Amino acid sequence: MEMAVFGLFALLALGSSLVVVAHKSPIYSTLSLVLTLFSVAVLFVLLGAPFIATLQLLIYAGAILVLFLFVIMLLNVGREEGIPGGHRVQLVTAILGALAFTGALWLLLRPALGAAPQAALTEELVSLSGLAQELFAEYLLPFEIVGLLLLVAVIGATVVARRPTADELAGGAGAGGAGSTGSNRAVDEVEAADATTPSWAADEDRAGGGARPASFPGGGSLAGGAAAGGEAAGIATPGVRP
Amino acid sequence: MSGVQLVNETVGVPVGWYLLLSVALFGIGTVGALTRRNGISIFLSIEVMLNAANLALVAYSRQLDQRTGQILVFFVLAVAAAEAAVGLALFIAVYRQRRTIDINRINLMRH
Repeated sequence: MEMAVFGLFALLALGSSLVVVAHKSPIYSTLSLVLTLFSVAVLFVLLGAPFIATLQLLIYAGAILVLFLFVIMLLNVGREEGIPGGHRVQLVTAILGALAFTGALWLLLRPALGAAPQAALTEELVSLSGLAQELFAEYLLPFEIVGLLLLVAVIGATVVARRPTADELAGGAGAGGAGSTGSNRAVDEVEAADATTPSWAADEDRAGGGARPASFPGGGSLAGGAAAGGEAAGIATPGVRP
Repeated sequence: MSGVQLVNETVGVPVGWYLLLSVALFGIGTVGALTRRNGISIFLSIEVMLNAANLALVAYSRQLDQRTGQILVFFVLAVAAAEAAVGLALFIAVYRQRRTIDINRINLMRH
């Protein structure tokens, strides 16, 4: 019985991960990744880690992949163009390299446990209270550090992805040629490069000021850029080449 | 906890099979990350690789009867969430500049 469940979901994980890697449309890749994550979560349950399986479904399939889908639809990512002849070499090299690497990895892992029979499932391994005690006692400091990391990641993602305000655009245009003088150089440089393309101002007018949805700062500019049509071609080659 | 009845079948799946599956998933993810040109597809391949590593960690945790592997997977999940947030924000920023996330066209550092 256990063997049948393992076989079914192992094949499901392999097949769906192949679809993730091979499908040309990112939307189908993402939806197929949901299937991969679900299959691996079932295997986690088989391995006596139901809490990790729940986290996998809630965080990965529930939150991260929704973020992926949101960005794919926001950026309107289409299918990749067909691979030209020059990229065959890349494909063959990648497959050969991956085969060599996984073969080495397997040789490394196998002698440790490969032939051992399955260990018995003990109660303390499965229990959630034991996991919580270990997590919040022995691993408390890493837990706090990971919380800090998430906070920094949220702030960083917001700063990187937000749309520059009108004030910053004006300041960036003033300092555009001479380089940035602000405290945050990286952000200023991005915004200064933005400001060198005059179509941002046109986008600002087109978006209609207050009519722009405030829930996501990037939405207005992307929609404005898409509506601009001909101007989008102008943005494609901004003067950022050194 | 004494009421919990755990099933301990003598014929289980050997842990080597889980490791084999994990290695295979990792290899598939590697091929995807090396060959895809769409930035988001590369990200998805990296997620497959992360999951393969998680599977190996949980398999070792089961075999060695230690919870450390599961706790490590917990941290990997958190770091993967942070990585996805920052990475996708970077793609949005790059898309604003270049109107594409095809990594063959994001070659500013090459020139």
